[in-house]
Amino acid sequence: MSLNEYRGVWVFAEQNDGRLRRVSLELLGKGRELADRLRVDLVAILLGEDAGKLCTELIDYGADKVLWADDPELRCYRTDTYTKIIASQIMEHKPEILLVGATYVGRDLAPRIARRLGTGLSADCTSLDIDEETRLLQQTCPAFGGNLMVTILTPKERPQMATVQPGVMQPLQKSTRKGEIISIPADIEHKDMRVSRLRVIEETRRGIGLEQAERIVSGGMGIGSVENFKMLGKLAELLGAEVGATRNAVEAGWASSDRMIGQTGKTVRPTLYIACGISGAIQHIVGMKDSELTIAISKDPKAPIFQIADYGIVADLHQLIPLLIQELLRYKGAR
Amino acid sequence: MNIIVCLKQVPGTNDVRLDPETGSLIREGVPSIINPEDRNALEKALLLREEHGGNVVVISMGPPQAEVALRDALAIGADEAILLCDKAFAGADTLATSFTLGSAIKKLGHFDLVLCGTKTLDGNTGQVGPQLAELLDLPQITYARRVEIQGEILKAERVFEEGYELMETRLPALVTVTREINEPRIPSIDQIMQSYREKEVKTWGAAYLGLYEHSVGLDGSATKMSKIYKPEFGKGKVEFIEGSMEDMAQGLLAKLKERNLI
Repeated sequence: MSLNEYRGVWVFAEQNDGRLRRVSLELLGKGRELADRLRVDLVAILLGEDAGKLCTELIDYGADKVLWADDPELRCYRTDTYTKIIASQIMEHKPEILLVGATYVGRDLAPRIARRLGTGLSADCTSLDIDEETRLLQQTCPAFGGNLMVTILTPKERPQMATVQPGVMQPLQKSTRKGEIISIPADIEHKDMRVSRLRVIEETRRGIGLEQAERIVSGGMGIGSVENFKMLGKLAELLGAEVGATRNAVEAGWASSDRMIGQTGKTVRPTLYIACGISGAIQHIVGMKDSELTIAISKDPKAPIFQIADYGIVADLHQLIPLLIQELLRYKGAR
Repeated sequence: MNIIVCLKQVPGTNDVRLDPETGSLIREGVPSIINPEDRNALEKALLLREEHGGNVVVISMGPPQAEVALRDALAIGADEAILLCDKAFAGADTLATSFTLGSAIKKLGHFDLVLCGTKTLDGNTGQVGPQLAELLDLPQITYARRVEIQGEILKAERVFEEGYELMETRLPALVTVTREINEPRIPSIDQIMQSYREKEVKTWGAAYLGLYEHSVGLDGSATKMSKIYKPEFGKGKVEFIEGSMEDMAQGLLAKLKERNLI
């Protein structure tokens, strides 16, 4: 492989239901910086139907070019169709970098593309840097639940691929910019339709969105059960707070996925954040580190969450939370 | 129904330490476990076998001590266990890992379903499942919290940002599962003893699989680790509220009152 043939920074522009995911705009922000330092174009690749408006939006957020495949079958994400189109565009145009948001789609798609191209891929990056001389992308991501950070390079294969944690990079200010929209073929065959989405089962939308919440009471694996999570809900209610959860707590089935903060979930900036039974994996911390006042309750005194908390309590939640509820009720009653 | 389950043995804690001299991971003294989501994958395989009949093969790439994880899987009920173990496999990234696992699965021959955990505790990349599906040219469904099979049709509920989506595909397929999917069974001491007495863990190396050393392990990897370090960020000036349970509860409320939060 001749590395010098590979030039340009690409961003996968993810649309869901006709709207761009915010992380794609964040990647354009970072991608713009990388492209400028490498003196190359920033290219967004978008798959979807009737997405002309989205193409303009991508340019307004920093893309020099948008490669757009327009087909009704691309409205919904499919592993096979998306992999095929993006991989063949990469083989044709040879970009040196491809960034993908670490969303549920991105984490399904990026490894498949990397495998097809035989190139390296890092996961859930929280920082990206470039060595202008070697043109190597320094991909830093958390490992061991965020207890360690690892910087990864892809020295000999191209493109250098990374998925990037949502909420970490900053989008550029939207402004009217010039850019080129290039139509690319969709070329979908019957054999690319092996998996179908029959329906969306549950759209969990209630209360206000966590992103807007002023107060959040959040739970992690230390909560231990769905019943205890309900108790957390009671505490939140008394404090006028929304309930948040870590990824693991959501995957354990204790909270719905719209409650997830951090990694592929939401980035929040409340006035008050109470972290209960949360160890503080970096994937979670990136989603809540800008909270104004952070209170951490965990029985593990070494939990990394205490490093970013203002107040810490080392205690068994199963005893402390009922007591807090009781004290709050008493305080409210006395007033 | 022939099901293949991919397992990884991982450190049982995320409280890993770095050697201050060399900067490398200290693995000694850290207990190993089967990666939690891989146990969910195995449980699902066993449930599907109970429903549809067939055979469950567990496969793991790892050092010789990863045999312990495979013995556990045999004790719980897996029919066969294969350990992909060779010095040449060491230092593999997800590209090289998926290549080695994929080569072994091709050697196994006929199968209907490959099940994996969505991600591992240690690397947390979630990449090996999709990369394996690509190598085996299989349809994939990731982040499945429920899986059902009727005849040749597999239906799965897949987690995504806005909720869940019901996906459908035709076997053979590869599915990665989340912890939500089930509560894995735990082997009894008797079952573990029996797995050592009566069952076999096969060990396959690079030569047996017909793989060149440059295509596996560190040499077959596209990514290189250039730096590993302890993260440092945040305020680092936490004030602990201490005392009895009551003291702590009241102390916390006092802080909230000070800031007019209650």
